[in-house]
Amino acid sequence: MKEKRRNKLLVEICGILLALLWISPFYLMIVNAFKTKNGIFSNVLGIPQEWTFENFKQAFIDLDFVSSFGYSIFISVASVGIIVLFSSMAGYALARNKSKLSGVIFMIFVAAMLIPFQSVMIPLISLFGQVDMLNPVGLIFMYLGFGSSLSIFLYHGAMASIPVSLDEAATIDGANKWQIFWKIVFPMLKPISVTVMILNVIWIWNDYLLPSLVLDAETATIPLKMFFFFGQYTKQWHLALAGLTIAIIPVIIVYFIAQKQIIKGVTDGAVK
Amino acid sequence: MKNRSVSFWLFVTPTLIALGLVVFLPFIYGFVFSFTDWNGLKATEFLGFANYVEVFKDTEFLNSIWFTIKFAVASIILVNVIGLGLALLVTQKMKSSNVLRTVFFMPNLIGGLILGFIWQFIFISAFDAVGSALGMEALRGWLSTTETGFWGLVILNVWQYAGYIMIIYIAYLESVPQELLEAAEIDGANAFKRFWNVKFPLVAPAFTISLFLTLSNAFKLYDQNLALTNGGPFNSTQMVAMEIYNTAFSEFDMAYAQSKAVIFFILVAAVALTQVYYNKKREVDL
Repeated sequence: MKEKRRNKLLVEICGILLALLWISPFYLMIVNAFKTKNGIFSNVLGIPQEWTFENFKQAFIDLDFVSSFGYSIFISVASVGIIVLFSSMAGYALARNKSKLSGVIFMIFVAAMLIPFQSVMIPLISLFGQVDMLNPVGLIFMYLGFGSSLSIFLYHGAMASIPVSLDEAATIDGANKWQIFWKIVFPMLKPISVTVMILNVIWIWNDYLLPSLVLDAETATIPLKMFFFFGQYTKQWHLALAGLTIAIIPVIIVYFIAQKQIIKGVTDGAVK
Repeated sequence: MKNRSVSFWLFVTPTLIALGLVVFLPFIYGFVFSFTDWNGLKATEFLGFANYVEVFKDTEFLNSIWFTIKFAVASIILVNVIGLGLALLVTQKMKSSNVLRTVFFMPNLIGGLILGFIWQFIFISAFDAVGSALGMEALRGWLSTTETGFWGLVILNVWQYAGYIMIIYIAYLESVPQELLEAAEIDGANAFKRFWNVKFPLVAPAFTISLFLTLSNAFKLYDQNLALTNGGPFNSTQMVAMEIYNTAFSEFDMAYAQSKAVIFFILVAAVALTQVYYNKKREVDL
């Protein structure tokens, strides 16, 4: 028994050491963001001899953080909102209609998941450019197109556990399809809606390639601004690292608040 | 809901239109124009398969495919071995189990671009500092050669995805009935045997999921590639996605880039369909 307990302790210590190794990149990023240029040059690994906040001030201004954060929030929230709204509706209708046509439509959505972004990227930008839709609204619409497949797939799967008899009972009580969906079915889909939201937020918030092709400097999101900012300060690590730290902070805060739901959401999205 | 009912179409049409305009229309449009001299706006001449013939002679493109395959193989092995290792570690009964999961998973919430920039600093400055302190030459000059660029990308990818794959394995490990493990222990099976003979067969489906997730992910990698090495030195660490991007938006050779994109689609779709095939086969076997 004693030996067993000692082994357990040994495993736990190994785990903690490994975790420290895992977060060491974040540690190095943060401590060096507080150093001066010379401070980094003379001492990369340790904590700063002299703490400075100047880097953060400059990075905050150069990242245009208020604006880029605002656009990131706006685009993520709007995109995820319409993805949840329209995908849940489509998932419901496709699951409740057992006809061949409905099956084919569902297969089209699933098949779209096989097409990688880079395969449609060039014509997509060309087509949307021709109708003047290379702007935040166009981007949100594109996210609906790219995000709906997986979301519909997840909603469609979740519908299996919601009995048809509920629909039938509501119909007898005089409710139409629209009312049945929003009053009865959608509230029951809440767990899967949380999963859909989490998966899409992680992807859209962090996306760089698509916004880089669609948005201009004025409507840039955080990853886009980060790219310009980093190019501007190559070899000026004290500024670059302060910028990276600022960009990460909002994500880490949300993660610590909602980590249980996030991990559950990602698991469901991958396993189903 | 019936096919003819208004509500069915009301519910399905919005996403159908978005998918059509964003995915299928560009896909078909791009496919058609890959057989022409399209410049992104208009085409003047039908070229048949000329672009495709050219692609197969394009050493830069072929190199990028080869580099991507090597990267995918190294990543798949390491991500899965380490991901499974982490999952076995954090499913032990211990106090720090939840904290460890949180830490290992954390990199997945941050964008590849930002992670790539952080690791650029680690490889260039921190590795160099450790290398000179310990007198290890192997840690100096990272990302300046093809080899260190390759391993840099692999390390970044493993660090990021091992935690993601970990939670997939955890989901399956936690569904292993406790009684089975206890029964095996009473029968005298040691920790290794309990893993190999009891847990392993039950988490087998997780392997298929994880293998294909890491594979398709490695093939589509762009942000990390851009931020960490930007393809350098001399385009030797350029992966397929970046090669296509550069052909289109640096060299402005749109039709040619699109024919590469079509080939890229065929590669990725083949991988995905193989997965579907194996999943179906497994379900039949069960």
